[in-house]
Amino acid sequence: MNAMSPEVTADGRKIGPVLMEMKSITLRFGGVKAITDISFDIREGEIRAIIGPNGAGKSSMLNVISGFYVPQEGEVWFRGARRPQMKPYQVARQGIARTFQNIALFDGMSVLDNIMTGRLTLMRSGLLSQAIWWGSAEKEETAHREKVEKIIDFLEIQNIRKTPVGRLPYGLKKRVELARALAAEPKLLLLDEPMAGMNVEEKEDMCRFILDVNDEFGTTIALIEHDMGVVMDLSDRVVVMDYGKKIGDGTPDAVRRNPDVINAYLGVAHE
Amino acid sequence: MPDEILYAAEAGLNGLMAGVLYALVALGFVLIFKASGIFNYAQGVLALFAALTLVGFQNGQVPFAHLINAIFGTQIHEFGWHLPAVVAILLTGAVMVLLAILIERLILKHLVNQAPIILFMATIGLAYFLEGFGDIMWGADIKKLDVGLPQGISDTVESVTDSLFGYGFFIDRLDIVATVVAALLVLSLTLFSQFTKYGRALRAVADDHQAALSVGISLRFIWVMVWSIAGIVALVAGVMWGAKSGVQFSLSLIALKALPVLMLGGFTSIPGAIVGGLIIGMGEKLFEFFVGPMIGGATENWFAYVLALLFLVFRPQGLFGERIIERV
Repeated sequence: MNAMSPEVTADGRKIGPVLMEMKSITLRFGGVKAITDISFDIREGEIRAIIGPNGAGKSSMLNVISGFYVPQEGEVWFRGARRPQMKPYQVARQGIARTFQNIALFDGMSVLDNIMTGRLTLMRSGLLSQAIWWGSAEKEETAHREKVEKIIDFLEIQNIRKTPVGRLPYGLKKRVELARALAAEPKLLLLDEPMAGMNVEEKEDMCRFILDVNDEFGTTIALIEHDMGVVMDLSDRVVVMDYGKKIGDGTPDAVRRNPDVINAYLGVAHE
Repeated sequence: MPDEILYAAEAGLNGLMAGVLYALVALGFVLIFKASGIFNYAQGVLALFAALTLVGFQNGQVPFAHLINAIFGTQIHEFGWHLPAVVAILLTGAVMVLLAILIERLILKHLVNQAPIILFMATIGLAYFLEGFGDIMWGADIKKLDVGLPQGISDTVESVTDSLFGYGFFIDRLDIVATVVAALLVLSLTLFSQFTKYGRALRAVADDHQAALSVGISLRFIWVMVWSIAGIVALVAGVMWGAKSGVQFSLSLIALKALPVLMLGGFTSIPGAIVGGLIIGMGEKLFEFFVGPMIGGATENWFAYVLALLFLVFRPQGLFGERIIERV
């Protein structure tokens, strides 16, 4: 298979060239190796999952991609260029948005304001014209507000628009966090356990939203999940990690048959 | 109307106006505390430094004149010009922004992720440094600050109240100006924080650092912005207090009066700082008026602190502050 040529998946979505590539990433905390020599790529338009048991290093990997952790070894390539060491906010400005496993929203602000913060990097008017609310500032705010309203409609959270986030139930918070990430119109969307702690109904909703986002906006998505079932239905390709190492990489079907993966999830039969 | 009530009303009104000045200082504390969780001990000294710099610019003083003269044996003290108040205020504003950048570069940047107590200690250090630095830069003598603000009794208020109640209120015109300026300042700060992208970024940083980073907000930029705003609020406070009682070291101690204001209003609330300032200002004047004579007077010195103490016992988060609930 030629990795660079566009291809079409079974359900008719287009998968493009490589968007992001991780090359031999190693991450240590003191003497503990969280990630050992892992390489994989993420291609434009696909849903890429990273799975593995608890403590496998999945979240660490996501934190490396989003700039919260700096790996000791290895290179991160984004859009065909090697990425220099960056602060998380710089990574975000490059077009990589993320959600957090334990939800990081601005509790004191309304749903609308939370989602508007997602567009901060896209706003252009300067400090002075913002300060005196003059010229382009007002027009710009209106344009951004329109985009945000579309996302609110899309994720079906119209009725909680003005509610302070701190008052929302868990499942809705997760959805608002997704909305905030989407508001940045990211080239790559990172989701850290988007389904964690949800009941079956909420999980189904979230799955539908993730698929719709990928389908309608063509957003490339990399997500972490430890629920195998969910991931297999959702993703185009899967990376499997265990104890900081990569033990499998491929389509859901291929990964499911991989003996190492079966061992990691079900344990080895001792004879 | 009985005279007693009129006198009380006059005292209360004067207290309200004094309260505005307390609120101005408290406002600077709240801004920095909200955005970075730092209790900025140096806020009062910032006001002193701003006032010193303003007077220096206005009178065309040569900065570090004593130092330069001592080293080079020269005798320079003044450039020999006199800047208009507006120009001097703008220049001082620029200096406060520059100071904010330096504070971020030299102090805050190196203390990211440190415990609040460490940052608090750093601001104590900053306070002592700035105090000495201001002295070396502009000299330690008491200075008169005159930016052309009206002063003295307001004849309008006196004649209006006289025709209404048959007793003319004594209200200082400077206090009226201070009230108007403070109201404008609070209004513009509120609009800025509610309706601009920088205001939104500022509230985002105040709420959650990690989430703020993930949406592309640079913490360092926001900190510079917050300290600049706090510096400019300090400048306004410095101008008002300086015009009232001269620019001198004791100006930095007005920060102490801001503490009870913060305990009343809550450390995280801008309206709280205003209301807290007004309550303390009016409360101490009325208390002095009604209770003072019974217990020998001088209650203004301690009233604010006792009130704050009562609040600490019964409502530690203040009137408007967020209740801190730790999840266990």
